Formats: sequence, C-alpha cells, structure tokens
Amino acid sequence: MEIIYTDVLVIGGGLAGQRAAIGARRRGLDVTILSLVPAKRSHSAAAQGGMQASLGNCLGGSGDNEDLHFADTVRGSDWGADQEVVRMFTHTAPKAIREMAAWGVPWSRVRQGPHSITEDGEQKTITEPAAAHGLIDSRNFGGTAKWRACYVADGTGHAMLYAMSNQAIAAGIPVHERLEAIALICDGERCCGAVVRNLMTGALSAYMARATCIATGGFGRIYRVSTNAVINEGMGAAIALETGIARLGNMEAVQFHPTGIFPAGILVTEGCRGDGGLLLDGAEHRFMPGYEPEKRELASRDVVSRRMEEHIAAGHGATTRFGDHLWLDIRLLGAEHIDGKLREVKEICQYFLGIDPSRELIPVRPAQHYSMGGIRTDHNCHSRELRGLFAVGEAACWDMHGFNRLGGNSVAETVVAGMIAGESIADFCASADGSIQLATNLANDALSAQAAQLTAIADSTGNESAVELTKLMQETMTDKVGIFRRGESLQQAVQTLLELQRRSAGVRLRSSASGANPELVAAYRLPRMLKLALCVTHGALMRCESRGAHYREDYPQRDDAQWLRRTLASWPDADDTLPTLDYEALDIHRMELPPGWRGYGTKDSIDHPSTAIRETEIAQLIANYPEADRYQRQNLLMPFHHLLPPGFRGRNQRLEDTE
Amino acid sequence: MNTIPLNQARTLTLRILRHNPTDPDSEPRLQDFQVEETDAMTLFVALNIVREEQDPSLQFDFVCRAGICGSCGMLINGRPALACRTLTRDLGDTVVLAPLPGFALIGDLSVDTGKWMRGMSERLETWIHAEGLETKNLDAIEDAMDPELAEQLYELERCIECGCCVAACGTMQMREEFVGAVGLNQIARFQLDPRDTRSDSDYYELIGDDSGVFGCMTLLGCDDMCPKQLPLATQIAFLRRRMAAV
Ligand SMILES: Cc1cc2nc3c(=O)[nH]c(=O)nc-3n(C[C@H](O)[C@H](O)[C@H](O)COP(=O)(O)OP(=O)(O)OC[C@H]3O[C@@H](n4cnc5c(N)ncnc54)[C@H](O)[C@@H]3O)c2cc1C
Ligand code: SF4
Ligand code: SF4
Ligand code: FES
Repeated sequence: MEIIYTDVLVIGGGLAGQRAAIGARRRGLDVTILSLVPAKRSHSAAAQGGMQASLGNCLGGSGDNEDLHFADTVRGSDWGADQEVVRMFTHTAPKAIREMAAWGVPWSRVRQGPHSITEDGEQKTITEPAAAHGLIDSRNFGGTAKWRACYVADGTGHAMLYAMSNQAIAAGIPVHERLEAIALICDGERCCGAVVRNLMTGALSAYMARATCIATGGFGRIYRVSTNAVINEGMGAAIALETGIARLGNMEAVQFHPTGIFPAGILVTEGCRGDGGLLLDGAEHRFMPGYEPEKRELASRDVVSRRMEEHIAAGHGATTRFGDHLWLDIRLLGAEHIDGKLREVKEICQYFLGIDPSRELIPVRPAQHYSMGGIRTDHNCHSRELRGLFAVGEAACWDMHGFNRLGGNSVAETVVAGMIAGESIADFCASADGSIQLATNLANDALSAQAAQLTAIADSTGNESAVELTKLMQETMTDKVGIFRRGESLQQAVQTLLELQRRSAGVRLRSSASGANPELVAAYRLPRMLKLALCVTHGALMRCESRGAHYREDYPQRDDAQWLRRTLASWPDADDTLPTLDYEALDIHRMELPPGWRGYGTKDSIDHPSTAIRETEIAQLIANYPEADRYQRQNLLMPFHHLLPPGFRGRNQRLEDTE
Repeated sequence: MNTIPLNQARTLTLRILRHNPTDPDSEPRLQDFQVEETDAMTLFVALNIVREEQDPSLQFDFVCRAGICGSCGMLINGRPALACRTLTRDLGDTVVLAPLPGFALIGDLSVDTGKWMRGMSERLETWIHAEGLETKNLDAIEDAMDPELAEQLYELERCIECGCCVAACGTMQMREEFVGAVGLNQIARFQLDPRDTRSDSDYYELIGDDSGVFGCMTLLGCDDMCPKQLPLATQIAFLRRRMAAV
C-alpha cells in the first residue's frame, strides 16, 4: 500500500475544488486533486441556468450592486445564512466572474439596441444601451430583484468547468482520476490526509497532506429521485463526519425542484411554466388553481413542489410501474415557441422520453436538487473543529444559503469559496500549524483499518444486498423526508434507517471480481450514506419549525424565537447509531438585515425578541450618519472586509461608475 | 390517459463484450443478458438493471445520465454513441454493446477517456495563453467581446470530450499519436478567441504535422458521430487551409 505526500490534497475536481487548488498552487504549494471521475465530468458541468453576480451591465440588471444581491440571498435563506459570509460572497462574485472571463469562459454578451422579451405573458420591447454592448449579459431568475444570472447560452456550468479545468492543467496540477477518498487520516487533533481507493484496480493508498480540502459536491443520491449525477453520494461529507470531530451544518436543509422529468429526475427548466406551461394530474385536470388561486403554477418553487406532492398523496397522480407522477403540459405554447425558446427541453424530451413536447405531455415530479447542508466551516472555509481540514462548494456549509439557496448562487459560491479557500489554505500552510510530522505509522494504521473493513465486507456471510438496502434508504428519504415533513413520519423514517443500518452489517457480496468491483463500492458506501441520511432525518425531526426548504406540516411557522439556530451534527463514536446534534445560535445583534418577511410565501412567523431591538439600533446608526454613502452605511452595520483575503477587498467597478 | 405510447412488451437481449484486464484469467467474450423493456427505457436504465439484478461485476460509466458529461460513450451496435440518451425503443431486440476503441480498457464497457483527454489537452495546450492572468485587476470592468463571437466560441466549446469522434476515426486506428477531431476542434476554438495571444505559427507547432491536421484523411466519421453535432468537418477544413498558409 503506497503512501503519497503532497502539501495540499483537494478531494473533488468540480468548480470549487479546482479553484481552491489553483489558488494554493499559485502560492507555491504542491497540490494534488482527487476525483471519482475525470474532472471535466464533475457535476458542476450540469448547471445550465447561470451564475449570480451583480455586474449590472444589461438593462434588467442596471442599478444592481452587492447590497441588493446580499438582501436577496439573506431573504432567500429565510434568515438562516451567515450574513458576514453572504457579504463576503456578494462582494467577491463580480471578481469571480471577471476572472472566469479572463480565463476564457464565453459569457453571453449584451447586444445594444432593441430586443423583444416576454414578461408576464406579454411581449415587450427593451433597448439595451450602447455603453453596455459586449459586456457580460445576465438573465432573470427567481427570488432576485435584478437580472443577475450571468450565463453561457444553456451551458453555463459546462463552459465554466472547462475553463477552470484547463487553467488547472495549465498550472500543472495533477488530477488523480477514478480515485475515491474513503476515510480521512487524523492524528486526533488535525487532519493529515486521506485513505484512497483506486476505482479501476481496487488498490488502497494513503495521501498525506499538510492541508486537506473536501470539495465533493452534494449528496442528492441518498434520495430516490434527484436531479443530481449518480456520483453525488456525499462521501466527502460522510468521511468528515466519520472523523468524529468535524461537524456537518444544517443537513436537514434540502432543496427540491418542481419539475424533474419522471422517473429519471433530469431537470426541465422553470421556464416551461414561466412561459405559460401548466401542471396536470393523472386525469389531465389542471389542479394548481384549486390550491393557489392567485399564483397557480407560478407560485414559488417550494410551494409548487409541496402542492404537487399533496395532490399525488391524495391519489390524483398518474400511475406507472415506477410510481406516480404528474404532467407538465407545454403543448399550448406551440411548436414554434418550443423549437426556439425551449430547445433544450425539447431535446431532453426527445432523448430521454422519446416524446415531442409540442404534441405530448411531459411526466414530471418534484425531485431532490441541492444540499444546503454540509461540512461546517468558518469564514475561511476551514473546519471549526478539525484543523487542517477545509471544505468548499456544495459539500460545505460555509453558510451563505441558510435554508434555501437561490438559483445561480451555487456555481457562484463554488468559485468564490474556491478563491477564498485557496488563500486561506496557503495561509494555513505558512503558519505554525501548517507543518506536520509525516508519521508513516499514522498512514499505515489508517490504511490497515480501511483494508480490514473492506475485507470484512468481502468475507461477510450475511444475506443482505447493498443495492437493495440502498434502494430502501432512497425510498424512505423520498417518501418521508421529502418536501412535506411531519414528526410522526420523520420518526418512522429514523426507525427505518436504523433498521437499515443494522441490516447493512450483514451485506454480502455476490461477486468477488478483482479490480473495480462496483458491488463492493455500493457496499462500503451504504453505511456512510445511511449516516448522512440519519443526519438529515434526525435533524429534520428535531427542528420543530418551518424555514425555507424545511417544511413541517405540524409546525408550519418559522420560529425565530426558538429556531434561529444552525444544526450541527457529529458522530463522536463509531458505535453510535444516531448523530449527536448541537445548535449554534445566529446572533441577531450582529445582523445587517434582521429577520423579517421574505417578500413571498407566508407572512406568518414567530419573532425573536432581539429583532425589534436590532431594528431600532440599525435605524439609530443610520440616522446618526445621514450623509454616509452605501459603503459607509454597510460598514457601520456589519463590517466584513477584514474577513476577506487582502487581494479581494477592492471595490467592484460598474458601468455606472464610469458615466 | 398515459400519452407515452406503450411499447409492446419486449424482452431485450443485451450482448455485452466482457473483459476484466485486472483479472489474469479473464478473456474477452460476449455475454447475453435479458431485460424486460419498459416505457422510455434508456441504456442507462437497462444496464443498471442488469448490474443490480443479474451481474454485480458489470462495469460501465455513467455520471450525469443526462447527455451532458460525456462519460457513457460506447459502441452501440457498432456505432459510437452516448448510452444514457439512447432509448431502447429505437433499437432492435438484440443490442450489441462494446467499449469505445482507441482508449485504454478499464473493464467491460468502461474505458479511460479521461487520461487520453488530459494528454491531448497538455499536448495542445488547450487553455487561454495570455500575459498577466495571475495579476489581472478583477475589480475593473471586464473587456468587451462581440456578442456574436461569444456565441461562436460557445458553439465550438460544446464538446463534452466523450471520445465518440476518436472511436470513429480511421486515422486514429493507424496513428496512435493523432490528436483526433476533438483536439483539432479545441485548437479551432482557441484560435478564434481573441483572449488567446498565440499566433498561427504557434498553432502550427502544435498541429502542423501528421499527428495533427495533416494526418486527418477527412473521411468524416467524426462529424457524423459527434453527439453534440459539432461542425467538425468545417473546422478541420478551416484549420487545414489556415495551417497550410503558415
Ligand atoms: C441539474 C442541475 C442544474 C443546476 N443548475 C445550476 C445553475 O444553473 N446555477 C447554479 O448556481 N447552480 C446550479 N446547480 C447546482 C450546482 O451545479 C452545484 O451545486 C455545483 O456545481 C457543485 O459544485 P462542486 O464543485 O461543489 O461539486 P461537483 O461539481 O459536484 O464536484 C464534486 C467532485 O468531487 C469528486 N468526488 C466526490 N466524492 C469523492 C470522493 N469520495 N473522493 C474523491 N473525489 C470525490 C467528484 O469526482 C467531483 O469531481 C445545478 C445542479 C443540478 C443538479
Ligand atoms: S467533438 Fe463531439 S464526439 Fe468528439 S469528443 Fe467532443 S463531443 Fe465527443
Ligand atoms: S475527418 Fe479526420 S478526424 Fe474526423 S474521423 Fe476522419 S480522419 Fe478522423
Ligand atoms: S452519463 Fe453523462 S453523457 Fe451519458
């Protein structure tokens, strides 16, 4: 069993991991990236919609700035986000997009002159100014005050990931592909690298590093129905949890998207409904107006998803061998509109369903889409508990999304957090903490422990099948820990997961194939996925309120008085069956934007006594400095520049500054 | 009610080329698996059923299962294509599946396209070459770009490095060091990009020989097979003219 030494080990080759790697490499460190798949195949490539950054170039974006992006993100999070982090993020996002532009991303550009657009079902003409011609364009997205999502036609994530990967190749950063980190190596106090399994040969090796950064993406595959890639199984978060030291934040905060095609779960865009598409039930009856007379199909994502599931539960779905679903009807938009404006939806329907959406109905059902939760870090993307361990991207809970992330904020987070993590990893390596005694016995012990576990699985004489248990877990999560949650069913889900955990000890392999052995992979991932599933479910059971994507039918109000707290899950003892939950309070007295109404959804929430106090305090602060500009005002309420790496503190220039 | 037309229930035979190079006893062989076809079944679904219910050792690669990541290229009845977006209802009762030729075999239907693509990328330096990228002022407004040009660049950038063009290429079979249509297309993409400061003679250094644009016999297998319908024939012809002029 081989031992490999590197300064920085980055686990994950998506946008977040590669950007962190490039940053650390630029600071002179020796960096190695691990990935389950070639880096360009990471799931970041799937992002189509766009990347949020307040450039404010196009007409719909004019007047946009960090303040508006900040407020939208905090409201979107249902006040669950860390507001300092949101400030760091919104301030750095324009720099991230401009860097990606310099690296070759062919961002769609503003074209001067008149354009025809459809808004609210009506045709309108807008005229883009000459000054903006050729600058980066942006489109409209849900939950934002301005057109802020910068995009590359319908392939934003693909173009970004290719530019990023090419820069990593240019920097000479090796990507060790088809390798899976299966455990972190810790000396009890700090992280020293990872035990890694080769997915082609089955060989184990140890990677010893001064800093380790987890960038393994989301864990959507603990659900049966997910828009996520099949490799999004959350192993990065799971191995951090298994250290017993690092903690996972807000794991119960899971986002669902209304229109995953059924049963594959591949996403079709919200634009279908935006353009006038309808949702129909099994009897081809339009049901949304009955639930939501005002907004109908265009209520917010979480509301539409909830109504759809409610309607299916009432027995109105269309039934197939794979389960129930509803229909999305875009026939009324006409072939011309679909060929022009919904070309991608048309292709998805054609390739994956074999149907023509201008003549046939599209089977849809809400699908798990995004994990807001992950490895809890500080502002510098450093684990708060385990020194030497960093986390970025969807795998992390840096916490800029709180309980609901806005569309387009995720790919933006990957790059921004990667930029910040690259610097803080380099700072850490340069600090006194940054050197380690590369103890060979530590690596060997960790290797033997993992080898023993794999042998135990291979030698098991039980009679359980990993595939079957995984399916049962996914069923349970989708059925009981989905969009609607209730104490009773969450309790049942915990029981089922505990039962599966017990049974997973009896998994037996049917094949003893050498090399990759996909069955063995499923077997060793199962108990880890179950741990994540238990963090989600147990966290959801304990959180007796509704906030963002976490909706409890038995506690429908947001309860700031009790629950303005972040859930922290840990697994201190390998023999524990449930995670240990702790809570971290969010301090209203330090918030720039104290809790309030989001501007959509229900207005009904339970206030925290500090909210009114902070509001008065803010009004006072502002009144005391009537001539303060927006930067000074912001700085008065919640200073954050000191948290950023020095190179990223400058003010973002915009078109309006040049006029 | 169900508007997805119901196929007549069929039993499909998947005839798969099996081989595990890590096992010294393994010999390449064809193995048949029977799967009951369902509505809108893709080869992604069918292969997973085989692995889950019949042979847990079967190797194949899927990541996005949505036709955008390029992982699942394989020979489907002899033609390179993406398995995840191939509907079984467009195929006959027996489907022959084999790994993409031209790449190192990992096992069964899984091949190492990643290693090949990284090698191609390093060799052709498929990144923006420009001075001062590390010290660029990120606070300043970005440089403007013609909107049409941005669109053209994206059209060439849609390649997902699936390897189908490489598998379809006659030159590739004779000349191992040939960069393939995928590589030539990427050079065309950077050549078009004003942010890349390389000159035609720089590109000539990279592709001006038989392993590059002059090795291509323009039989155009690549152009027909590309699942992203990239204009490979046009790009190769264009580069050839351009490089001949250097
Ligand atoms: C269909 C879809 C559409 C989306 N559209 C948008 C959008 O328009 N805008 C937006 O902002 N967001 C969007 N998102 C969300 C966004 O794409 C993701 O959150 C983001 O790209 C995640 O990037 P990442 O770098 O954190 O992880 P990923 O890109 O998922 O990369 C994870 C990496 O980790 C590696 N890895 C995982 N486990 C291990 C292990 N154990 N050992 C070694 N390596 C490992 C993988 O190989 C991979 O390289 C979308 C998501 C989906 C599913
Ligand atoms: S050019 Fe087309 S066929 Fe070739 S690798 Fe790219 S997407 Fe695949
Ligand atoms: S046209 Fe050239 S690159 Fe394409 S298949 Fe033929 S020889 Fe290969
Ligand atoms: S699995 Fe991604 S293209 Fe087929």
